[in-house]
Amino acid sequence: MGAGLPTEGTNTQIPRLVDVVKRDVPTCALGERLGDVRHRVVAAGWDACVVVSTDRVVLGLLRAEQLRADPEMPVDRVMRPGPSTYRPFVSVAEMGRIMSERDMASSPVTTSDGRLVGLVRRQDVDAEGSRAGSLR
Amino acid sequence: MAQGVDRDRVRRLMEQGAQIVDVLPAREYGEDHLPGAINLPLRKIETDAARVLDPSRPVVVYCADSA
Repeated sequence: MGAGLPTEGTNTQIPRLVDVVKRDVPTCALGERLGDVRHRVVAAGWDACVVVSTDRVVLGLLRAEQLRADPEMPVDRVMRPGPSTYRPFVSVAEMGRIMSERDMASSPVTTSDGRLVGLVRRQDVDAEGSRAGSLR
Repeated sequence: MAQGVDRDRVRRLMEQGAQIVDVLPAREYGEDHLPGAINLPLRKIETDAARVLDPSRPVVVYCADSA
């Protein structure tokens, strides 16, 4: 379930993070130069980057604020370490409540062993929540 | 003897006939569970396991992890 694989039960039709997660979120390593990372992130049309280990375990997050820091700094000096992560099977409705309560713009989605699946963004969660609501 | 297993090992065990046990309460099991899982809530596991499970086959037990 933590890997977003198919399940059985009454909740199987509700939208989950696996339906809205952006798997193409840029990633970077701890020792990279921030300026290099920012260039790559902007070129890809993003304003966030997930810091991962060589086996894609999430170590930190660079949001727009951190990406604007001194470009000569290494990533590990400016990242937000140990961000809260969520599993692919969490419902979009629950994630919407969490993001609203904590004023979160985005959050990494990982498997239960911490490996990155992608990034979930508030606008995608809200849009899917509205779409699902209009279908009820 | 209990041991931790990863997803690939669980799949292999399932192919070999392992019994998958969801130990969450019945309501949560009803909402969501792995395909083919047996519901054996934690509170009943000691009293019901011998009756419900086949001791000759491997048993894989799981619960929830949401965040």
